[in-house]
Amino acid sequence: MPFIPHSDENIADMLAAIGAPDIDALFDEIPAALKAGKLAQVPPGVSEMEITRLMSERAEADGRYLNFLGAGAYEHHIPSAVWQITTRGEFYSAYTPYQAEASQGTLQLIYEYQTMMTRLTGLDASNASLYDGGSGLAEAVLMAVRANKSGHRRVLMPKTVHPLYRAACRDIVKNQKIELVEIDYHPATGCTVLPQDAEGCAALVIPQPNFFGMLEDVDAMTDWAHAHKLLAIALVNPTTLAVLKAPGQWGGTGADIAVGDGQPLGAPLSNGGPYYGFMCCKQEFVRQMPGRIVGRTVDLDGKPGFALTLQAREQHIRRSKATSNICTNQGLVVTASTIYMSLLGPEGLSRVARASHANTRSLVGKLVAAGAEQVFGGTYFHEAVIRTNVENARLLRSLVGQGIVGGYDLSKDYPELGNAILVCATETKTEADIERYAQQLGRIVSKMSEPPPCARK
Amino acid sequence: MLIFDHSHPGRAAHAQLPPHDGALDDLPAALLRDAPPALPECSELDVVRHYTRLSQKNFSIDTQFYPLGSCTMKYNPRACNSLAMLPQFLARHPHAPAETGQGFLQSMFELQEMLKDVTGMAGVSLAPMAGAQGEFAGIAMIRAYHDARGDAARSEILVPNAAHGTNPATAVMCGYTVREIPTDREGNVDLDALKAAVGPQTAGLMLTNPSTLGVFEKTIQTIQKLVHDAGGLLYYDGANLNAILGRVRPGDMGFDVIHMNLHKTFSTPHGGGGPGAGPVGVAERLLPFMPVPVVIHDNGVYRNAVEADLPQSIGRMSANNGNAGVLLRAYVYARMLGAEGMLRVAEFATLNANYLMARLRDAGFELAYPTRRASHEFIVTLKKLKDETGVTAMDFAKRLLDYGFHAPTTYFPLLVPECLLIEPSETESKETLDAFIEACLKIKEEAYANAERVKGAPYTQPVRRLDDVKAARELDLAYKPA
Repeated sequence: MPFIPHSDENIADMLAAIGAPDIDALFDEIPAALKAGKLAQVPPGVSEMEITRLMSERAEADGRYLNFLGAGAYEHHIPSAVWQITTRGEFYSAYTPYQAEASQGTLQLIYEYQTMMTRLTGLDASNASLYDGGSGLAEAVLMAVRANKSGHRRVLMPKTVHPLYRAACRDIVKNQKIELVEIDYHPATGCTVLPQDAEGCAALVIPQPNFFGMLEDVDAMTDWAHAHKLLAIALVNPTTLAVLKAPGQWGGTGADIAVGDGQPLGAPLSNGGPYYGFMCCKQEFVRQMPGRIVGRTVDLDGKPGFALTLQAREQHIRRSKATSNICTNQGLVVTASTIYMSLLGPEGLSRVARASHANTRSLVGKLVAAGAEQVFGGTYFHEAVIRTNVENARLLRSLVGQGIVGGYDLSKDYPELGNAILVCATETKTEADIERYAQQLGRIVSKMSEPPPCARK
Repeated sequence: MLIFDHSHPGRAAHAQLPPHDGALDDLPAALLRDAPPALPECSELDVVRHYTRLSQKNFSIDTQFYPLGSCTMKYNPRACNSLAMLPQFLARHPHAPAETGQGFLQSMFELQEMLKDVTGMAGVSLAPMAGAQGEFAGIAMIRAYHDARGDAARSEILVPNAAHGTNPATAVMCGYTVREIPTDREGNVDLDALKAAVGPQTAGLMLTNPSTLGVFEKTIQTIQKLVHDAGGLLYYDGANLNAILGRVRPGDMGFDVIHMNLHKTFSTPHGGGGPGAGPVGVAERLLPFMPVPVVIHDNGVYRNAVEADLPQSIGRMSANNGNAGVLLRAYVYARMLGAEGMLRVAEFATLNANYLMARLRDAGFELAYPTRRASHEFIVTLKKLKDETGVTAMDFAKRLLDYGFHAPTTYFPLLVPECLLIEPSETESKETLDAFIEACLKIKEEAYANAERVKGAPYTQPVRRLDDVKAARELDLAYKPA
């Protein structure tokens, strides 16, 4: 019986104390007809040695690839200390810090995290995390609709926002009769074109960098939003905020809410999760924020300490009138991120951002030299859109054959761009890695654009 | 001391800096920030020491008994973590082609199959990232089902008044109004009230069974019939699945849709507040509406089914694949338990709870539902103690910290005064339970001998009781140097 410590003697003593003849008797309030039969799809249990072998074999079969795929999930170096400390039992196996006196470690860490996020975003307050960037954007949209006194229920959503973020956002807010209105991008620049008016709208989402990796004119977009009495929701990548202007400084008065995925700050790719959503806002909107928030206070002796605060916003107090139904968040990943940001510091995070930018410039240059075309003019950060004359699925499959994950296929969500893929090179890539990708792409493009052999006669 | 107090200008963890740098000369100056963000400037040792020390200010399962009701704080096996963190799994990009991640995807597929079996449901989606998101997906599916049938007048979700706060909050997020159903003296859903409440406006009923009161809803078959006859669907909140795992299946009880908290029943870590995982299971008629992605086995290849495969899906809950790494931990746990081990989970969780309940009752503690069996948890009410000594459930809970035990859940469910909701879980030994009983008895004695001593607790923690009013009135949510 894995993980169950009872000896036969224990069981007998415990049943005697209860006054029950056997364990079955403890289930005597459950109608007999409901007793389950044998589980057919659950195999017999295995030892740790056996499961270790099985999982190691599966991991080895999955292998390792040279990765140039970003699209919302970025491969960055993670210092060894980050997850070694994060998976200490005291962090790993603790509950939500409701009993503050016995949870000062987690609570202080979240307070430090909130501080770091306000400094990255230039906004006043941060919550303790949401599930991920996509669902976080949905929460930001709901929050903006609550905060905007107009009562309007439309939100302007640029097509330059990650398509899967738009999907998650739509699927989460649609039952509350909120409509996402898509705004187009300029085909030459890959940047958002602001619409003529903002009739019936409560907020504008401003991605920076946008899904294509391009830098939007965030100052103009923020000012436009405010001129039209909309809230400005910044959708940002936290690594890039080491060097890019903080949302709190956008335009004349700054974005109102900043949201995004915290994955680049110390979370491994891990097939898509767990990551976390971060959310920051101006002070005036704090009481509209979803999720847990930690505050600093004092104890009975006047000693500083930390506790969850503003809980009257939350479901366990406010029930059907809560700002969100969120309860469990992504605390452990936030633990990792806080340690990551402390280890990288301002210089480290800036260098990660600058090196990723430089590597992506180098990658785009070499891919273009190898026969690809850069789709958008203008400035990109650490992702860019390229196009080849080879069908995306064939190109990406051929690259996988060479051990390279080559990028994100844009043809499904943006058919107007043709055989376009989104590529990314973070600080983890060397010149030799980039060279290898360019050579392979060049080889595939020249081979596949030749007419097939049967047409050569 | 905060990490910022360890910061010195110009200091850095040099081994962590990327070897190469890059220029930003091609970017417009107006889009750049004036100065780097004020993150801490520390050496690697500064950071390691600071956060190691912070960790030591936490209670955790690995260090203390944690009988937190409704939270299932059982041992989180270490192998689950180390195997989910194999380098190839960590390196897998969520959008990389399926053929580069067959091992990961096969594990997800098999987890779906095992969860289907142990819950008696026809389909499982692993997409939701926590219990509340599972609830959201479940209620959204109920809405999609009624809408697809043109049955659009159903506007109400029924929720027992003992339910978790996420239930009513979720119903509202899905555009429903909430009607609360009272509980009878025995802790069951009040059947007369339920009969009066169901009707053509009923979209569904959300039920936790065993309930948050620690008892099995004996009349579940009647409840099921009442709701279904009215055209509503039945939602199972899996918060207490640990109590019946392998013994009773929600599908066999007639539930149409369920969520499971893998961070409870399948022992993935709580992590100081997450990440969890809240997969949903559905009966046949809700299969088309499951949230994506769902892993399918298609022509010998495991891959994610997406919107195109499931055109009636309620859609996505996240941008990627949910909390995939958490799901991998649950998979390892499920394989280690196996069919036999799963059954033992419910048996020993129930044995531990009933033992603790019997011993505390015999020691003079008042049970909220003395005529009932405990499920995997039960409620003690300290109303008498409070009336006689002034010591509240909160005081009692805080004093337990001094004895080296995490407090049980206090003041939930709201309908039992001065309540402690106690859930020992199956991984605790009799000796640990006995020590806990001993501590409860001592605190009770203290309450009568020196109530002020208990009311001032805790004394042994890094801080004493905190000023929550000040925390909310004088908001200090981020450090600002003086």
